[in-house]
Amino acid sequence: MKIENGQFQKQHQGASSQSFATRLSAEDELGAAAGTLRPDEQKLLQTLDKLGTKRLLKRHKEAQRLLRENGATYNDFDTMDTARAWQFDPIPLIIDTEQWSEIETGLVQRAELFNLILADIYGPQKLIEDGLLPPELIYAQSGFLWPCVGLLPAGERHLNLYSANLAKGKDGRFWVLEDHSQPPFGSGYALENRIVMTRSFPRLYQDFQVHRLAMYYRVLADRLTQLARNKQAEPRIVVLTPGPENPHYFEHAYLASYLGFPLVQGADLIVRDGCAWLKTVGGLRQVDVILNRLADDLCDPLELREDSLLGVTGLLEAIRLGNVVTANAIGCNLIKNPALLAFLPALCRRLLGEELKLPSVATWWCGQPREREFVLRNLNRLIIKPIHPLAGLPEKLPGELSPVQLEEWRARINADPHLYVGQELSRLTRVPSFLGDKIEQRPCVFSTYLTATGQGYLAMSGGLSRIDESESRLLVSKSGGYSKDTWVLTGEPDKQVNLWRQAQPNQYIEASMGSLPSRAAENLFWAGRYAERSDATARLLRSILVQYREFSEFRDPDDRRNLEHLLRALTHVTLTYPGFVGEGAEKKLADPRNELMSLSSDVERPGSLRASLRGFGHSAYFVRDSLPVDAWRIVDNIQQNWNPRFSISYIGSGRLHDSIDRLLVQLSAFSGLNNDNMARETDWLFLKIGRSLERALNLIALLRATLVPYSKPSMEAQMFETVLATSNSLITYRRRYRSFMQLPMILELLLTDANYPRALAYQLKQLQRMVGELPQEPFADQANNTTGIKEFFADLSGTDLKPLIQLSGGGESYPLLEELLLEQKERLEKLSEKLMQLYFSPTLVRQRLGAIQQEQAS
Amino acid sequence: MKFRVTHTTEYGYSQPVALCRNEACLLPRDTVWQQCLRSELQVDPVPADFRERSDFFGNRISHFAVQYPHEKLRVTALNEVVVSPDPQLLTAANQFPWDMVQKQLASERNPKVFSALPFLYDSPLARWSAELEAYARVSFPAGRPLGEATAELMTRIYTDFTYEPGVTTVTTPLVEVMETRRGVCQDFAHLGVACLRSLGLAARYVSGYIETLPPPGQERLVGADASHAWFSVFAPTLGWIDFDPTNNKSLGEQHITVAWGRDFSDVSPLKGVALGGGKHKVKVSVDVARIV
Repeated sequence: MKIENGQFQKQHQGASSQSFATRLSAEDELGAAAGTLRPDEQKLLQTLDKLGTKRLLKRHKEAQRLLRENGATYNDFDTMDTARAWQFDPIPLIIDTEQWSEIETGLVQRAELFNLILADIYGPQKLIEDGLLPPELIYAQSGFLWPCVGLLPAGERHLNLYSANLAKGKDGRFWVLEDHSQPPFGSGYALENRIVMTRSFPRLYQDFQVHRLAMYYRVLADRLTQLARNKQAEPRIVVLTPGPENPHYFEHAYLASYLGFPLVQGADLIVRDGCAWLKTVGGLRQVDVILNRLADDLCDPLELREDSLLGVTGLLEAIRLGNVVTANAIGCNLIKNPALLAFLPALCRRLLGEELKLPSVATWWCGQPREREFVLRNLNRLIIKPIHPLAGLPEKLPGELSPVQLEEWRARINADPHLYVGQELSRLTRVPSFLGDKIEQRPCVFSTYLTATGQGYLAMSGGLSRIDESESRLLVSKSGGYSKDTWVLTGEPDKQVNLWRQAQPNQYIEASMGSLPSRAAENLFWAGRYAERSDATARLLRSILVQYREFSEFRDPDDRRNLEHLLRALTHVTLTYPGFVGEGAEKKLADPRNELMSLSSDVERPGSLRASLRGFGHSAYFVRDSLPVDAWRIVDNIQQNWNPRFSISYIGSGRLHDSIDRLLVQLSAFSGLNNDNMARETDWLFLKIGRSLERALNLIALLRATLVPYSKPSMEAQMFETVLATSNSLITYRRRYRSFMQLPMILELLLTDANYPRALAYQLKQLQRMVGELPQEPFADQANNTTGIKEFFADLSGTDLKPLIQLSGGGESYPLLEELLLEQKERLEKLSEKLMQLYFSPTLVRQRLGAIQQEQAS
Repeated sequence: MKFRVTHTTEYGYSQPVALCRNEACLLPRDTVWQQCLRSELQVDPVPADFRERSDFFGNRISHFAVQYPHEKLRVTALNEVVVSPDPQLLTAANQFPWDMVQKQLASERNPKVFSALPFLYDSPLARWSAELEAYARVSFPAGRPLGEATAELMTRIYTDFTYEPGVTTVTTPLVEVMETRRGVCQDFAHLGVACLRSLGLAARYVSGYIETLPPPGQERLVGADASHAWFSVFAPTLGWIDFDPTNNKSLGEQHITVAWGRDFSDVSPLKGVALGGGKHKVKVSVDVARIV
């Protein structure tokens, strides 16, 4: 490996002309642990050679960028942790037609077998009674969920999705390492890798005849439709995810969006009258099928794990009644118990009457005395695994265990032998892999995906491959490493398959509108609010930076007072007290740079620009499938560009000013793209309502902080100009009123002009119209219906401005202006609360009854 | 013996509950020695989704929801049962050495043994520990008859542990009970179950009631009874034999069986999930009355 590494670098510097292919074969001759390159691998490497190192690197970078933009690499805007990046290796794993057909047959048999095993375990349990399965592998294993016995009617398919991890041994045969009903890396990852691959390396892809993946998703969508118990034409199918905190949330969102099903969390679903319902802005909608990505034991806090906050109370009962179906059936994940591998051949003969076609990795279950002896003798050469997750296990990398760790394992196995297995760590065939700056041979594991069809199972012709530096890292640690696309070659070109379904002649398909999930509506609302809040904060900051430079240059005392006035306004508008207002204000006003830096870049400080941008990113991420594709790209760019590592020198130098300019352009682009592209449906309404509401509130805060206190005439003009600039209205004002800076005119423009999109009156008019267009069903339950919501809007367009500019007795402020602004602010805040109550997920706390505070027993 | 058992649980909330969903395990099952003449579960306010089903262990589970705002929930189980246990069972259990039973469970696979397998292993509230196993071993020397050994274990729990309400909750781990040597019937039942399983025997947790007799000369107090729990050991061909370590008694005419499982978590009398409600208070009353 080391030799190879050096060679590539040499070539990278232009000192060697050896091709990738010849270098890798050379490594073989040197006796390194590499497989011989097969003809298609040769061909692939030749194509890569033609591409050249430079272009390869460029394309690779492009692929990484795409993955990041799509959200595959991380979903955390706080840390931008590159350690979590999904590293992409553009050299696919290639499987030829013949080998694939063998694998496929084996996988389908395995899926059938596991389905029968599950039907028995969650049914009559004959396999235990007849001694084919040791009882402790079921009764003492946490994947077996007692309340799920008898959950499905006899004959119903338990396993609708199945996934196996395969590896190619040195003998060239594929064998199975792990079986899953809910693989951690789901089929969405495979899809994502394929899409990135075809976009970044189109030539590579065209040179081979590769099976497409779409057929699998088409069949999966059909199968989910079939599962609906009442067999209606358009069943409602949802994807249930643990939520954005889950490291695989990206994949859940990706899959849901590709299949066209809403992505929901447990709190979005409710069981009533024996059925499962989705909370939408149009009221409750019945759910027929759930594609489940939640751990089995978390699905129902009533019957399964009581501490689950992610599940749906009563889900099991709704399933029992046949009113909702989950895929997979809850409880299926017991098939990942590695000890089952030792019993599969016998189970296959018993249940299917045939030999197991795909072998499994050699596995010794310590529940049997001879096997236990073997494992204990070979502790440091085997992979030791528990049959279910256990806390505090020692290091597992075989060959790297210290005597103390070995002793710890020995003690654990002797205490609870049935909880452990030992697995062979065999050498795998290595495949060429591009590791960012070099090509090497690496061991590879390949995840396959199957979906049930009406009659049997269909395997995705492809999958997700992962490589790592060594077998033990790849098989044991499972994080890090690289992923690659997996190509199954075909003799003839694949027909294009898409997910569009064919309607019957004259069939009218009802548009699925008005059923926007409440949580999505809430996130759209907040995406709108945070985008607008970021915009307002950025504009005010920019005005302050201008003022600060002005003062630094001319040292004019009026400039100084104006600057201080604006700084205080910044604290009021962003609600970042004490700031420039409360305790310690004097010092901050004297040198505002530290506080300004904090308000620009401190992500942990609510009200700072960066915190608002993070809020924007989080909300937008949640609803990315409602947004135009390019709008999401802008969200991503904003997160990338608003660098948290700004330094204080940026303030004087104008660099922060420039960054804000760029940010404002991006924010405008985001809203422009949405304006141009989003259909005027409920999603759009919530996004816009959030925006208008926030714009109105920000304007009110700005006016209260800047215009309500009286400024002496020598400073007035400067202050007015800043207010107009901050609300992006300077040009309009100049055009209308030329060079007269007067309070009444400013109020006319910013307060009462119902046709000017920056004015308060305009926001109120728009809000009233948009709220009126929202679905009305939720009002049905409410005693005070739409008339209640009307109270929140005032018509400001005819307001008499004269009283507003009457100074108070002491001459220090405009009390009636303050009164009017305050009243509007309170109304808008009530409106926001009302919307939350009516349309968003209510935030009722769930509590458990019974289990803990149990009655005293005698 | 014939009994009428009334078991009432009442939840009061500081704020309205928008929705709650519950499962009760309060209706007695029929057994070889017990017949349920009448049983009824009353829920106030009027519940929806009210259904009864049988769980993995054959217990009667009542599922119900209250789907509109409420500030109080009252669940009352009204049961009438006839109990006539077999007094010969314990003696019969003495025909098997305990270690023979253990071997049968480990190796034989027939329908009778099969039915006991779910009760052989650790369960959420009854887990193995070295201390427990050592404690149990004392009563189980090689070849000792099963009934005799288990009865001694029961008596030792009765004498070594102090009955003291309030020191433990259902989630107190057995390791802690072993240390403090205090607890209530649930803890003692869990102790018995875990001890027997540590030896490779099948043991189950039984929930039910026991008739309490007032001290001589005093009136019986209505509603002053409580739910009760004990443990049960498996003997092939005979079935299950019950032991009550809290009272140092084998199953008698005063024991009314409701349900059994691996431990309390399988047979919790009433559990549920409520949305909202603020703080809640719970009031329980049990009345076991002999009827003639």
